Amino acid sequence: MTTTLSGRDTSVHSAELQKKRGFSTAWLVYLALIFFALIYLFPFFIQIGTSFKTDVEATATPLNPIPKMWTTAAFQTLAQADFPRWFMNSTIVTLSVTVGRVLIDSLAGYALARLHFTGRKAIGLLIISVMAVPGVVLLIPKYLVLVQLNMYDTYAGMIIPLLADAAGIFIMRQFFISIPLEVEEAARIDGASTLRTFWSVVLPMARPAVITLTILSFQGSWNEFSYFIVSRKDPALNTLTSGVASLTSGALGSGNMFPVKMAAALLMTIPVALVFFFFQRFFVQGAGAGAVKG
Amino acid sequence: MSIVEASRDKGAQDPKAMKPAARKRKAASIRGSQNRTGWLFMAPAAIILVLFLVVPIFGAVWVSLSDWKGKGSPLGAEFVGFKHYEALLSGGGLAQKDLGTSLRNNMFYVILVVPLQTLLALTLAVILNKRRLKGRGFFRTAFYFPSVTSSVAISLVFLFLFTASGAINKILAWLGVNGPNWFADPRGVGHLVLNAWGIVDMNNPPAWMSNGSFMGLDLFQWISGPSVAMCAIIALAVWTTGGTFMLMFLAALQDVPVDVDEAAMVDGATAWQRFRFVTVPALKPTFYLVITLGLIGTWQVFDQIYLMGKGGPAKSTLTPAFLSYQSSFNDGKWGQGTAIAFILFAIIIVMSGIQRFVMRDNKKLPKRKRMVFVETPATSAGVAGATATATTLSKTTPSKDKI
Repeated sequence: MTTTLSGRDTSVHSAELQKKRGFSTAWLVYLALIFFALIYLFPFFIQIGTSFKTDVEATATPLNPIPKMWTTAAFQTLAQADFPRWFMNSTIVTLSVTVGRVLIDSLAGYALARLHFTGRKAIGLLIISVMAVPGVVLLIPKYLVLVQLNMYDTYAGMIIPLLADAAGIFIMRQFFISIPLEVEEAARIDGASTLRTFWSVVLPMARPAVITLTILSFQGSWNEFSYFIVSRKDPALNTLTSGVASLTSGALGSGNMFPVKMAAALLMTIPVALVFFFFQRFFVQGAGAGAVKG
Repeated sequence: MSIVEASRDKGAQDPKAMKPAARKRKAASIRGSQNRTGWLFMAPAAIILVLFLVVPIFGAVWVSLSDWKGKGSPLGAEFVGFKHYEALLSGGGLAQKDLGTSLRNNMFYVILVVPLQTLLALTLAVILNKRRLKGRGFFRTAFYFPSVTSSVAISLVFLFLFTASGAINKILAWLGVNGPNWFADPRGVGHLVLNAWGIVDMNNPPAWMSNGSFMGLDLFQWISGPSVAMCAIIALAVWTTGGTFMLMFLAALQDVPVDVDEAAMVDGATAWQRFRFVTVPALKPTFYLVITLGLIGTWQVFDQIYLMGKGGPAKSTLTPAFLSYQSSFNDGKWGQGTAIAFILFAIIIVMSGIQRFVMRDNKKLPKRKRMVFVETPATSAGVAGATATATTLSKTTPSKDKI
């Protein structure tokens, strides 16, 4: 991503033109950038700082991100509460959904891109029309099915319905279409079965798409909130999102407890932030190195 | 298909040496095996999609037409026809008033969030697109970061920032403004403005504004504007989504031909003219995409509402999505809840339709590699959003020259 959106190559000609315009706009642009960066980063500074404050100080100096008196009381409170369990549940759900999605979406995407079977067009249409239904509209219907299948309040009920997503299937399909047909033909002629061709030839070539789907699935299921409030009510099955949401209605005791809330928000953001930054770099490197030498 | 089959046939045995019947059988078996493999690959996804998306939709249609109370199987419930829809749309009772209130709240939310987030995203993209910019990657990441974080975490932070004695009011105090008690203030901003200008007395609106009603609300209630509490949620939404849409604008700005811009420069166009007559027209397809996604997303606002006051204070942050959830899961009115969900669905479809009609002269979508919806109209925030992310992410990956 770092390279994707960077500036375009400017010709010498345009560079001269640019110089002529002088630096009058340059400092304006930087001023605007710094202004927006402050707006975007300051809430996170406050979040980090407040999580190391005492309750009293958090309320007294809400704007100052640097604590006068550092304390990890908020984190200790979380550790003694159900927070570790929520973290574990989120991890279980997210890993299962991510692995499952990458596999299932890739298989389906490949079938839609390359395999000729009766009803392919119909299935494609079905997927598109399912995608057109807003997610919020589906909350009650999904709950109804979970109850009918005795999957309400189970890990299975929280994971399985998220395993296939139409958007992911289409991302994979688009990528598989762009892979030259000759590669697969060569594998076929060498006697590889369809599954073998897919697994050993096509999927490794689709690494950028697989990584994209992995990031999207991880982020999507880690941050998923509405589905986890309708698919369970057992507190033991709370994920980070639904568990931390219960803090807003004073789940961990009385008072504002801002440091505890900020600490919870901080801890649940860290994994996504790590994946985001790590994969971003990996992506840029992989983009160049991912090309398969034939 | 044919190429593959031919090559496989050749690989298997010379077709000329086969009898016609055998050849047919061979082809059929290959087609059969393709069929089998295809369905085998498709099966896991198809089963999940049908079981957890298609079946539920039909089940919900049934529930919205029945008097199911949440106990036992919905299939055993009694069919009541369009009773719930009638109660919601013309019943004159609390159900209609609540839906009207939620529609009004959501309407003001959409009217403010969509233009503001589009403007913010465009502004961020334009300043980031400046050539020879230092620290572009850092700034882009900073602006995009809220988009990847959880709505729950962001909502908690904003709840803290917007408390009565919180950071926002501290900043306002520096500027000499006495900040409101954000999440406890149900007063409509529109009312406050009319009141301040002395046009309408807030506590004693004129009779012509209080007579008659539409969806259980009179004219005065319809022009309330978003409540102060809703404004905090609007701020959060604009701040969070700005980065997402910024990426789309950035990707499109990369495709604006430099030479046209230079030609305009040579012709003596000012920076503003170049932006207005070169850049903006080139961005039209992206505007279309961003506004569509914005409309679809803002009519579904749920997470923030659930986290920031559950429709309160005084129902001033109630939205149809949350009302649908609340009616079903809290009040046990499943039929009504699902009916609200379908009414919302209809609104979203109509909105997308209107928007498509208004901007109908640009059917073309941005020229980018591997766009999913070149062949399928972007009707879903999920797809288009994911694709847009994917395309921006994978733009550098060479696709054709991989071998």
